[in-house]
Amino acid sequence: MMTAAAAMLALTAPMLAAGGADDDTLIINEDLEITTKAAAAPHLDGHLDEVISGWHFRDDDTQAMEMDDFDNPGMIFVDQGIDQWNAVEGSEEKSCASCHGDPEEMAGVKAVYPKWNEEAGEVRTLQMQMNDCRENRMGAEPWKYDAGAAINMEALLASVSRGMPVNVAIDGPAAEAWEMGKEMYYTRYGLLELSCASCHEQNYGNYIRADHLSQGQINGFPTYRLKNAKLNGAHGRFKGCIRDTRAETFSPGSPEFVALELYVASRGNGLDVEGPSVRN
Amino acid sequence: MKLTALTLAGVFVAGAALANGVAPDEVTYGEYGAVEASLSGAEGNADKGREIFSTKSMGNCVSCHAVSALPDVPFQGEVGPMLDGVGGYRSAEELRGIVANAKMTFEGTVMPAFYKTSGFIRPGNGYTGKAAEGPIDPILSAQDVEDVVAFLMTLQD
Ligand code: HEC
Ligand code: HEC
Ligand code: HEC
Repeated sequence: MMTAAAAMLALTAPMLAAGGADDDTLIINEDLEITTKAAAAPHLDGHLDEVISGWHFRDDDTQAMEMDDFDNPGMIFVDQGIDQWNAVEGSEEKSCASCHGDPEEMAGVKAVYPKWNEEAGEVRTLQMQMNDCRENRMGAEPWKYDAGAAINMEALLASVSRGMPVNVAIDGPAAEAWEMGKEMYYTRYGLLELSCASCHEQNYGNYIRADHLSQGQINGFPTYRLKNAKLNGAHGRFKGCIRDTRAETFSPGSPEFVALELYVASRGNGLDVEGPSVRN
Repeated sequence: MKLTALTLAGVFVAGAALANGVAPDEVTYGEYGAVEASLSGAEGNADKGREIFSTKSMGNCVSCHAVSALPDVPFQGEVGPMLDGVGGYRSAEELRGIVANAKMTFEGTVMPAFYKTSGFIRPGNGYTGKAAEGPIDPILSAQDVEDVVAFLMTLQD
């Protein structure tokens, strides 16, 4: 029954192991160099020395797709985001552009989200902030969390921040949500009793079946995945990873995932924004 | 669904033997995590154990462990140690304890407990992402564990 090819595969699998993160350099459009490895922030003392983008754990073909905007399928959704940016909607007859000008005016914003909003007294993700503008400034319907229009817009805002270092604030009024996210990160959920750390802190660089475990960083989100051929949000990814521990998972946009996003984003402080990224 | 069918089949086949079996909450672990007697009361079947070890919907042990004796199973993982020869340097009792609940042998290990039904945080209903309903079945039945142990015992250098 066994084919020679299958045997080769099995024999070579452990050798791929030698890998871990590779030493390639991510330069987008032969122009924009992305910081994909950085010294870990002080709050990661005792946990990680170096933080590494998920890009380093993908194969060469997948990596290459992110190096050129024409090859990056995520950029199609950025184009849709630009149309949405300019579309007049809601009772106030305004578009995002009416108040914010060009999308490029938003450079740097993605890098500091999730962020504490003083007036609202809550930590907000980028998608929560966009929906606040839609509901309260445009008189338009909020976008569904982590789906179509919201993800397109997040991809647009990420793309104009590419090459800028992630730098989310974890102290002051954001500290409470950050602590909650941290606690979740180390909680061993589900029948398999695995935490985010079990896979992404203790085992990054190792293969778990055919998957090469990365640090589970979100500097590359939203992410175009070859597996489902669409843009994926960070909360969707969290949802899937917790589900895979045979646990009752949480919903995109839930307070739990907002807190977890803040915490996971802070683990990537120092890496550059690289969304929309390409992963398998 | 598959797992339930498998568990039922196990009960059916084991028949009267299961009367001597031990429920997950009643397993006694030795000081170093070993379990003395068969969990089902019956012997293990190494061929079935090999299948459980390699199949994603069952034990899926290969997602974390490589075994050279399974050359037809692609993409063996490396989160856990390679298990070649483990039947030589570990006893059946030790292996039974490790498969049933590895945390009793290796404190804090990432290896899941396969014969355990309580003490979980947000237990789910299989891989649906929804909450578990009713009593939780162990990931592997008593007989599955015995079958896996029998397979591990065949791994000799
Ligand atoms: C009527 C004016 C108006 C419209 C229309 C509007 N916004 Fe805003 N937006 C604001 C104001 C005012 C703020 C808060 C002040 C600031 O940070 O610029 C804001 C803040 C933001 C922020 C956070 C910026 C930061 O630095 O924290 C984002 C992101 C954003 N808007 C996205 C959008 C998007 C996407 C749309 C369209 C779907 C939109 N806005 C439509 C007025 C508007
Ligand atoms: C059973 C192992 C496992 C657990 C537990 C797990 N993940 Fe993952 N995760 C994976 C695998 C496999 C992938 C795909 C390969 C990769 O990028 O690591 C992945 C991918 C990711 C990615 C995408 C990274 C990228 O560069 O695109 C993020 C983000 C992530 N996980 C976050 C989390 C968080 C947060 C948790 C806990 C709530 C978690 N994961 C728990 C296995 C796991
Ligand atoms: C999510 C990962 C994971 C899965 C799934 C897993 N293991 Fe493990 N296993 C480990 C790790 C990690 C260790 C090392 C123990 C430690 O020090 O934490 C281990 C240790 C072992 C050992 C002891 C090896 C020795 O050298 O003494 C055996 C035997 C074993 N596993 C068998 C199995 C079997 C059988 C299954 C499936 C029914 C399985 N494992 C599933 C991660 C896993």
